[in-house]
Amino acid sequence: MGQTLAEKLISSHAGRTVHAGELAIVSVDGVMTTDATGPFTLQAFHELGGKSLWDAEKVSIILDHATPAPNERISNLHQMLRDFAQDMGCHFYDVGEGICHQLMVENEHVKPGDIFLGADSHTPTYGALNAFSAGVGSTDLAAVMLTGKTWLKVPETIQIELVGELPAGLSAKDIILHLVGKVGIAGATYMSVEFTGETIHDFTLASRMVLANMAAEMGAKAGLVDPTGLDLWYDFTPTLADCDANYVQKHTVHVSELKPQVAIPHLPSDVHDIDTIGEVKVNQAFIGSCTNARLEDLQMAAQVLRGKKIASGVRLLIAPASRKVFNDALADGTVSILSEAGATFMTSGCGPCVGTLGGIPADGDVIISSTNRNFRGRMGNPNALIYLSSPAVVAASALTGEITHPAEVMDSAKTWEIR
Amino acid sequence: MVRAKTHVYGDNIDTDRIIAGKYTKTLDMSTLAAHVLEDLDPKFRERMQIGDVLVAGHNFGTGSSREQAPIALKTAGVSVVIARSFARIFYRNAINIGLPVVEVANHQIEQGHEVEVDLSAGIVINHSTGEKYTATVMPRVMIDILQAGGLINYLKIHNDYQL
Repeated sequence: MGQTLAEKLISSHAGRTVHAGELAIVSVDGVMTTDATGPFTLQAFHELGGKSLWDAEKVSIILDHATPAPNERISNLHQMLRDFAQDMGCHFYDVGEGICHQLMVENEHVKPGDIFLGADSHTPTYGALNAFSAGVGSTDLAAVMLTGKTWLKVPETIQIELVGELPAGLSAKDIILHLVGKVGIAGATYMSVEFTGETIHDFTLASRMVLANMAAEMGAKAGLVDPTGLDLWYDFTPTLADCDANYVQKHTVHVSELKPQVAIPHLPSDVHDIDTIGEVKVNQAFIGSCTNARLEDLQMAAQVLRGKKIASGVRLLIAPASRKVFNDALADGTVSILSEAGATFMTSGCGPCVGTLGGIPADGDVIISSTNRNFRGRMGNPNALIYLSSPAVVAASALTGEITHPAEVMDSAKTWEIR
Repeated sequence: MVRAKTHVYGDNIDTDRIIAGKYTKTLDMSTLAAHVLEDLDPKFRERMQIGDVLVAGHNFGTGSSREQAPIALKTAGVSVVIARSFARIFYRNAINIGLPVVEVANHQIEQGHEVEVDLSAGIVINHSTGEKYTATVMPRVMIDILQAGGLINYLKIHNDYQL
């Protein structure tokens, strides 16, 4: 019997051929934890009797969830993580370096063919890199830090085939929001989601990361993108699914038929075509998070906002995915375009998405956001309404003051000028 | 064996509503417990008694990987969570910290019912209605982790994972 991507990647780390439904103990190629999950991870590591890491080269600690520290309590937790990283000699990324998932990929801590675990639910993002990666909690992560392995159940797989070309003004986010709506918030629980088809063959790594990232919003353990056409800055040997692999479901999406997608409060799977949600005025627009804050996302927003000013009464906040993304966007002029349009740039990190600091909405505020979750209270105030969309829709909405199709406000929305 | 009153909620109770992100940056478990379910049911902490059972619909614990969510529930005194289904990271985290989670796909338990949960047999009895449910069977390794009181004790006892 053929194997899915998940079955192949797990088999290569289990020392035997496995199929969906089997339990396996696997060797792990890398782990990471953040200031959100790290303190409990270290506590569990110490309780396990941990004196040293199984392999310091394979462990990363990132400060990204509440950065720079908004109070002394969090500052002290940051210091505890800094001290631990120094004592153990593992990789450490301090305040402002970027969002964990972006840093793991940029700095090659995760590579094609790996199994990688992160104490963050959006760890499936590295499925874009042809790696099997899943989110775990603090205690599971601490155990890997000590032993270099974990146990898991080999997931069943849902195959998503993407065909056709995206219409003007749309991007990978519209595809994944559509799919989250279709598969459901728990539709892929315990499963792997495999993305394939001609549409993704010329997708950038960044666009592939958007797809894999929000597999989490279907409840999936992993989101794996077919590596055909994947262009990286280093050589790699791709792992491909077998033609006769067994899938529990198959869906085909003709992406040329899509409209911009919007998830309405308070569930990421409550997804609608933009032209069916009526007039929705916004108070705040946010481009950020591990889903959509990479260079191409900022460039798409800049293409919408070039030479224009955002609507009065709207706050446009941008937190680039990493310092590298910010520097690249500075170098190519993207930051100037956005800043001149009225955007406020924030620390590269997770704060506004997860409600820990920066951009906390007021009661009754409506937010259009390029992030991944719109649960009640997600951004720090349960009395705010969060809508999720692509960065282009966020930019277009900041411009008009209401949720807007990018093509309506662009001089030339035919193609994205991704540099 | 647990016998206690229930607090019942619906589908898709996410980790942000179990414990909001703004409260998670701490190692103080009593702070977590103080804010548990705050945005979902501000009266929960007043009403609940130590040992009560939390009951939910589908996909309980969806969202974040924050282990603070099961820790907050356990520290607040919740003895067991029964749900029609669970989100995967929450489920694994709960077991890893020794909070019993029981999946009963077809339960009809309502607010205030008195239930008895036999964890080792995987049986839930609703004494308020007389109904008896069989829980989804967990893999052996999860049962062992739960019986050890969590993953830390499990690894101290077994030294390694045993499937």
